[in-house]
Amino acid sequence: MLLELGIIPVEEIDWGRKTAIDGKALHIHREELIEETRGNDFRIASVRADLARPGESVRILPVKDVIEPRVKIEGRGGIFPGLISGVETVGTGRTHVLKGCAVVTAGQVVGFQEGLIDMSGPGARYSSFSRLLNIVLGIDVLPGISPHQHEEALRLAGLRAAAYLGEACRSAVPESVERFEWPRFPTPVRRDAGLPDVAYVCMLLSQGLLHDTYLYGRDVKSLLPTLLLPTESMDGAIVSGNCVSACDKNTTYHHQNNPVISELLRRDGTDLRFLGTVVTNANVTLRDKVRSAEYAVKLVEMLGARGAVVSKEGFGNPDADAMMICAGLEERGIRTVLISDEFAGSDGASQSLADVTPHADAIVSVGNANERITLPPMERVLGDIRVAEKLAGGQSGSLARAGGLGVELQALLGATNELGFEVLYARGG
Amino acid sequence: MAKEMEREGIPAVHICTIVPISRTVGANRIVPAVAIPHPLGDPCKSKTEEKSLRRALVEKALQALETKIEGQTVF
Amino acid sequence: MGPWKAVVYLNQFFGGIGGEEKAGMEPVVRSGPVGPGNLFAELFGPEVEMVATVICGDNYFSEHLEEATERVLALMEGFRPDLVLAGPAFNAGRYGIACGSVCNAVVDRLGIPAVTGMYPENHGAELSRRSVFIVETRGTTAGMREAAEKMSRLAGKLLRGEPVGFPEEEGYLPRGIRRNTFSAETGAVRAVKMLLQKMKGEPFATEYPLPAFDRVPLLPPVDRMSRVTLALVTSGGIVPRGNPDCIEASSATRYGKYDIGALSEMTPESHETAHGGYDPTYANADPNRVLPLDAARDLEREGRIGKLHPFYYATVGNGTSVARCGQFAREIARDLIRSGVGAVLITST
Repeated sequence: MLLELGIIPVEEIDWGRKTAIDGKALHIHREELIEETRGNDFRIASVRADLARPGESVRILPVKDVIEPRVKIEGRGGIFPGLISGVETVGTGRTHVLKGCAVVTAGQVVGFQEGLIDMSGPGARYSSFSRLLNIVLGIDVLPGISPHQHEEALRLAGLRAAAYLGEACRSAVPESVERFEWPRFPTPVRRDAGLPDVAYVCMLLSQGLLHDTYLYGRDVKSLLPTLLLPTESMDGAIVSGNCVSACDKNTTYHHQNNPVISELLRRDGTDLRFLGTVVTNANVTLRDKVRSAEYAVKLVEMLGARGAVVSKEGFGNPDADAMMICAGLEERGIRTVLISDEFAGSDGASQSLADVTPHADAIVSVGNANERITLPPMERVLGDIRVAEKLAGGQSGSLARAGGLGVELQALLGATNELGFEVLYARGG
Repeated sequence: MAKEMEREGIPAVHICTIVPISRTVGANRIVPAVAIPHPLGDPCKSKTEEKSLRRALVEKALQALETKIEGQTVF
Repeated sequence: MGPWKAVVYLNQFFGGIGGEEKAGMEPVVRSGPVGPGNLFAELFGPEVEMVATVICGDNYFSEHLEEATERVLALMEGFRPDLVLAGPAFNAGRYGIACGSVCNAVVDRLGIPAVTGMYPENHGAELSRRSVFIVETRGTTAGMREAAEKMSRLAGKLLRGEPVGFPEEEGYLPRGIRRNTFSAETGAVRAVKMLLQKMKGEPFATEYPLPAFDRVPLLPPVDRMSRVTLALVTSGGIVPRGNPDCIEASSATRYGKYDIGALSEMTPESHETAHGGYDPTYANADPNRVLPLDAARDLEREGRIGKLHPFYYATVGNGTSVARCGQFAREIARDLIRSGVGAVLITST
């Protein structure tokens, strides 16, 4: 099994008469982008399109999702299977990537909890999205649309926009090609090579229609944990439908560029053997949590792994899922490392996690999301500044200084990403 | 919260969905609930059925408050 | 900026008054530096002036903890200091307790920095390391200069308002708080690295050492609920429509107290959820699903509950730290006890 990612770097972005990649510049036909974003979705009332570049005095809020434009050149299936393509298994053949830019869906808020991206200033340090050339889509839906319909309309619109832009690089010549071959060795050899056998457990938030994740278009709430090739998420098999605290929700972009999978693939064959990814969910009943944790642990055991990285999404009750998985794996002798953020209070003095087990003795911290930060005013706000006080991590009074925002890191999109996307961490002080 | 209220001397029962969290944080009387978005309800049931389910949970919580316990107890 | 004024706290021994036979002495003031204060004066130079020294006997302090703290604080306050230095106490337990208690009060009540120094196993360190900067010292006075250097360096940073580094860099005992910083590697890279270390049996350091959650003693059961007033409390964010107290969707900084004396149930017209951590559809359609007022009223009418307290309390548990939730709970509990409430039913989402 082989997936080739053809990397087409984008270093400039502007509006043009035709959507096309010209060297490292992406020109976008604005009206056509808007038309493609809207699709035939009668629920969408209007679409605005703006550009936000690193270093500009721009604040984007509220952000729903971030998506990397990609296009499938060869191999089975299409990009974002089950949602805007068929349901054939993806992850093989060749995919082209517009690297350095992203579609950001923003505008009218769905639930309470979307976050922001600052393109400059102190907030920009916390999010990789601040370093991307962003195509920002402000999408309004018709009045009277239910929140669940609203979420779906925005989710699909963002995917359509990313796929449309991806098409622009279909015939481009990639600057480099990354080859993801898996398994690297035929199975019998793998067992004897003396390298540690490692699996990856990827928890997906699935707490209700506004806090959900989709696997091949299927809501993972009803998922029994299952196995995924390391390359499937690169073709958009996992799509975020999450309207939840921005700091630690895994956007579609994060799934497309899952850093745990990248690192395990990078070290596969030299330092470890990567046996595969188990995707599991984080549901809202104890019964569902226990069932999924048990099942995920069983799959890791069936793979023959002796160690596993567990990544999280969200905080609070998903801590319980993560701890059950850690305990289950460790009890079976499978060494485990958990990636989690912390909610230790703005002074850092509180307990960071809602649930713990003595088995969770190896945790990678990706930062205290309660730490406060003051974001200076920006010249341009894309989206809706009035939403700030309602953002998770914002408080009434957040708008106190004209145009500036006092928020917790929680409000910054991806700041404490629990796939381990960023370099922030918390330590004892 | 249940723990801190008991520290002040007032008995408290905690109805919650994710029992392990309540146990970790240190509530002493715990009654398991239905689901996170509707701890004392079930939208799939009829209004009447749902209310009797809720009543049963509250009654169980009252019993928990009246029960002598030897340690953290899930009712 | 400087010169700043510092007051030093010492026990009877370091204050040059006497040994164990003087340990019962009450607090006194000496103007200018005494004993270790001279070392501080030398290390700081003209930047900080040691204006006074407060000296108290170790036994007196430990036997009259609150009173001694108050008296020492009052003596210090008279000099309007910018900084307080206490000790270092090395491994002297009673002295350590006194230094910690003084520094705690200074930071808390005078709002100025305070720095002390102790051997990590000093009992006083355990009591006050969470709230006070305690520089790690050796077990004996042989470490005096080293301790004084670390203390003055750290105190200088605090006076100048410079950022204080992590415990390993500055030499203070970890305070048990969590602070953000940036790593050279992403979390994912660190996770795979840590896993390989763990699998090979090599030493590895978790980035989040597990906390010990504390417990409260078990309370005796309520005799009969039919004779007791019950209060409803929720962390599920059920508030009157429009969220009049603006309780935040997550990391709540407040809780609300709401009148339900005249209500027999919650309705979508009267109440909603402010909680940002779960799908609000079901709670908004029927808030009784989170705050079971309808069922509780029925049980009150039937006599199963003596009386339902006419107010309920609500906050949002989403992302709200355990410490803050605890503070809300203690305040609510005191209010309830004052109102004669005998038991509480808490619901969480």
